[in-house]
Amino acid sequence: MLLEVENLSVTIGRVTPLDGVSFGLDRGQILGLVGESGSGKSLTALAVTGLLPLIGGRVSGGAVRFQGKDLAGMKPAALRALRGRRIGFVTQNPMTALDPVQRIGAQVDVVSRLHLGLSAGAARARTLDLLTQLRIPEAAAVCEAYPHQLSGGMKQRIVIAMALAGEPELIVADEPTTALDVTVQAQIIHILATLVRERGLGLVLITHDMGVVAQVCDRVAVLYAGRLAEAREVRGLFAAPRHPYTAALIGCIPREGMAPGALTGIPGAVPSVTAYPPGCRFHPRCPRALPACATEVPALTGGALACLNPLEMPHG
Amino acid sequence: MSAAGFATPVAAALRSRKGAVAGLWLAAMVVAAVFAPLLTPYAYDVQDLPGAFQPPGAAHWLGTDEFGRDLLTRLFYGARTSLSVSAIAIGISVLAGMILGAAAGYFGGRFDRMVTALVDLSWSFPEILVALILVAIIGPGVTGTMAAIGVAYLAQFTRLARAQIMAIKSETFIEASRSLGASDGFILFRHLIPNTLAPVLVAGMLATGDAIILEATLGFFGLGAQPPTPSWGAMMSSGSAQLFKAPGIILFPGLAVAITVIAINLFGDALVRALDIRRRERTG
Repeated sequence: MLLEVENLSVTIGRVTPLDGVSFGLDRGQILGLVGESGSGKSLTALAVTGLLPLIGGRVSGGAVRFQGKDLAGMKPAALRALRGRRIGFVTQNPMTALDPVQRIGAQVDVVSRLHLGLSAGAARARTLDLLTQLRIPEAAAVCEAYPHQLSGGMKQRIVIAMALAGEPELIVADEPTTALDVTVQAQIIHILATLVRERGLGLVLITHDMGVVAQVCDRVAVLYAGRLAEAREVRGLFAAPRHPYTAALIGCIPREGMAPGALTGIPGAVPSVTAYPPGCRFHPRCPRALPACATEVPALTGGALACLNPLEMPHG
Repeated sequence: MSAAGFATPVAAALRSRKGAVAGLWLAAMVVAAVFAPLLTPYAYDVQDLPGAFQPPGAAHWLGTDEFGRDLLTRLFYGARTSLSVSAIAIGISVLAGMILGAAAGYFGGRFDRMVTALVDLSWSFPEILVALILVAIIGPGVTGTMAAIGVAYLAQFTRLARAQIMAIKSETFIEASRSLGASDGFILFRHLIPNTLAPVLVAGMLATGDAIILEATLGFFGLGAQPPTPSWGAMMSSGSAQLFKAPGIILFPGLAVAITVIAINLFGDALVRALDIRRRERTG
């Protein structure tokens, strides 16, 4: 397995916003990491890239294994060598993800110079090649431009190019399209998906767009309030969600032929990390909650479902 | 921002009317300082006692001083001292302040608290006092003056650089760079310092105006460049004794200081507008 997150807990100061998250990913696969804001998606991304110390956090339980090696036990220098070289990271907001005072080309070049030891000329050739693969027109001109001269979609492609420049095996993309126009979103997602298939990379795609997940992901891990609710192969999950939260998320996707006003969302909000309810953290908002849900923490059954009263498996 | 990156804002600053006038004056002063020996037939230190206290005229455009030396010549050579001392002192101060402030802002912790405490402490003294103490230690002269000015303004640049670094280090592109394997040194020198260069350089430009006044003040007290080396402050000092007999001796160097400082401030303002520091930071 390329990436294996096993029972991961993250502690920041006195709070533990993430506890018991597990999922796995093979090469050539796309894993969707979904959940509402505050469910721990970005924190998981930081844990996978070894960047938790940046926000004063640490892995307090479980393991993040990348190609079999546990990242939590690695030294900062070893982690740094891994970042960009083996694990590429695509940040949330392309508008601010590029240095405003450096030309685009220089910013992309430096990644392959640092990680692959390329000369300035070879790095630029590689950058031009990458930009062309990402279908950026006039790559040479774009290299000479400053970030403020480019559109949001173009900047996100540059950010993706930077993540790819070190030839990583795994890419973690934290809501790569949230800040972009709908039309551009589709393009970016398509580009990412194509890259994964062609190059046999692994992609952890963090998103709260279930539509995107349905289209491109192979597997889905649904997080709620810092815990894994359900992790499964995508087709089964959409056809027959078992966790009531997954079902509710799917219910939030607008569908054709829906009656006006039928899109309701999920009542209530994700609890804050200091006020996680006891038992199943979803029970105050859950339509299927049993009395036991308020006291008993549901264990992960079959490694992929944490619910005391799941929806029925479809028969046949 | 690279050095070449400043060519455009400087050109833009020169396009505004105030910026153009100020830039012209400053360019003239620099030319006068650099080419002083070519621009005037007189020497700055040859005395001509019978020709002392001449009013402005055809031979001596601004008249002569109490030793019969040509005032315009001394003003040109004085520009040499005043401008170079101020610019070099501020240059060193900007460089040191940038390094100190960047390290303090980036690494934080005990080093940051120490630097901040020193900066706050030095800000509680007037600059002239700090400068006087340093001249007293190092001794009067060009070197002492440079050190005094450099240290007097160090706190300002340290504080500015620190604040800029603190603001920029939490930006997404820093996190993005780190997530791609950048080291502390890389982030500091390739991202943070270039991003703080514009505001710090503009502050340095404006401080050069203050430094010229401080240099003149030290010169006026006889603590700057020593005779016969002319400096604008020393000229005013000797002119103060002849205030009623020959007011030009104090008036002309005084005007040179005043107009140069105003020109630096106007040019600095035009540069701020051209760089549009605030907007660049927001939109990036």
